[in-house]
Amino acid sequence: MAKLKLALYWASSCGGCEIAQLQIGDKILKLAEVADIVFWPVAIDVKYKDVEAMPEKSIDVCLFNGAVRTSEQEHMAKMLREKSKVMIAYGACAYGGGIPGLGNMFNRELIFERAYLETPSTDNKDKILPQTKYKVPEGELTLPEFYDTVKTLGQTVDVDYTIPGCPPEARTTWLALEALIEGKLPPKGTVISHNAKAVCDDCPRKRDVKKVKKFYRTFEIIPEPEICLLEQGLLCAGIATRGGCEAPCPQANMPCTGCYGPVDGVIDQGAHFLSAVSSVIDSNDPDEIQRIIDGIRDPVGTFYRYSLPDSLLRRARIK
Amino acid sequence: MNFEPRIVGFCCNWCSYRGADLAGTARMKCSPNVRIIRVMCSGRVEPTFVVKAFELGADGVLVLGCHPGDCHYSEGNYKTMRRIPLLKKMLSQMGIEKERVRLDWVSASEGDRFVSIVDDMTAKVRALGPFKNNSKEAKHG
Repeated sequence: MAKLKLALYWASSCGGCEIAQLQIGDKILKLAEVADIVFWPVAIDVKYKDVEAMPEKSIDVCLFNGAVRTSEQEHMAKMLREKSKVMIAYGACAYGGGIPGLGNMFNRELIFERAYLETPSTDNKDKILPQTKYKVPEGELTLPEFYDTVKTLGQTVDVDYTIPGCPPEARTTWLALEALIEGKLPPKGTVISHNAKAVCDDCPRKRDVKKVKKFYRTFEIIPEPEICLLEQGLLCAGIATRGGCEAPCPQANMPCTGCYGPVDGVIDQGAHFLSAVSSVIDSNDPDEIQRIIDGIRDPVGTFYRYSLPDSLLRRARIK
Repeated sequence: MNFEPRIVGFCCNWCSYRGADLAGTARMKCSPNVRIIRVMCSGRVEPTFVVKAFELGADGVLVLGCHPGDCHYSEGNYKTMRRIPLLKKMLSQMGIEKERVRLDWVSASEGDRFVSIVDDMTAKVRALGPFKNNSKEAKHG
């Protein structure tokens, strides 16, 4: 059998997904037996023009991580889609927008202002902002265009499968790669994970009645190690997040932040999480309810931490 | 051109929807801007419903339930009472004005109260202007 041709690419991401891909450990040798990596900017020296020269659908599988924020990323997403038989959104950024997706609370102008003018460590007296074109004696220099809005991979090109996580757990990555190697692919559109139920299903903590009078931020309390974190007033997203990760965060006394995305059937993870959180508030008095809610400092950042671009509203309105 | 807001109104089957019905049968004058969706209980109104209404182009969302203590299902409206304020806080962070979402209580006998809430909400949303649908805008880069 001919070896599988594999391409890996990163767009608006942190590089953690590349580490996660290597976390499959010695299984990478098994992968090397059956697959050739034809494109992987982080590790091998293949240029964009080499990819451009590849025939259509000549790559068997493309693992694409990162959200789409710039024209370069959009171009590469479209090109890799054209060249690949199977396109996989790898990780929370490609899937739901991820942490870079929280940039949708702002627009280009506000982000540039903050990054290039306001930050205390910036020394930019002439107030120079990035330009897409700039003439120098040697010719014209170009930069990709920075979009106002971060998009997911699925909003940019047709995606066949998703491997969730920030970054995906090694077992999840291997579950997908194994299916690819054996040619036992699930139906198109599947979010590949060991557990289609919520993280709570993986979580060993004891669950009882959830009644919360005050929400805490993680640094404010040391939670009791065996009881459900949400019951202790920590905003644990496990209740609104797909499982399969084996709940490493709650087991390390940290609340789930929701990186595996919504469970099947939920179209808006943030609204779903919000609904669950409001149902544990233990009060019938409007003023007290308001006080309890005031303890949640950053609702959008909490409820949509990895999924703002993929939410129904997609971005904040900027006036 | 005059702006006529489109408001989605979720009314619970047992109190608010009957309050609206009473306003109608009593021929009370009422702004025609609220499109009523009958739900069994205001507690049925998931935050996703409200967000979805905005995504589909609503200018405001009105959620009406039984008065606290009067819920047909004992405590459905208390759940709404906890949910909507948190949703409003989240939506205001997203740039959606607080006046565009309103939670109130209307009993089956309060046709006049239904009318005054609808008129008041319509006036407030009309003053705010149309809700520009950011999700559609976001689809183009």
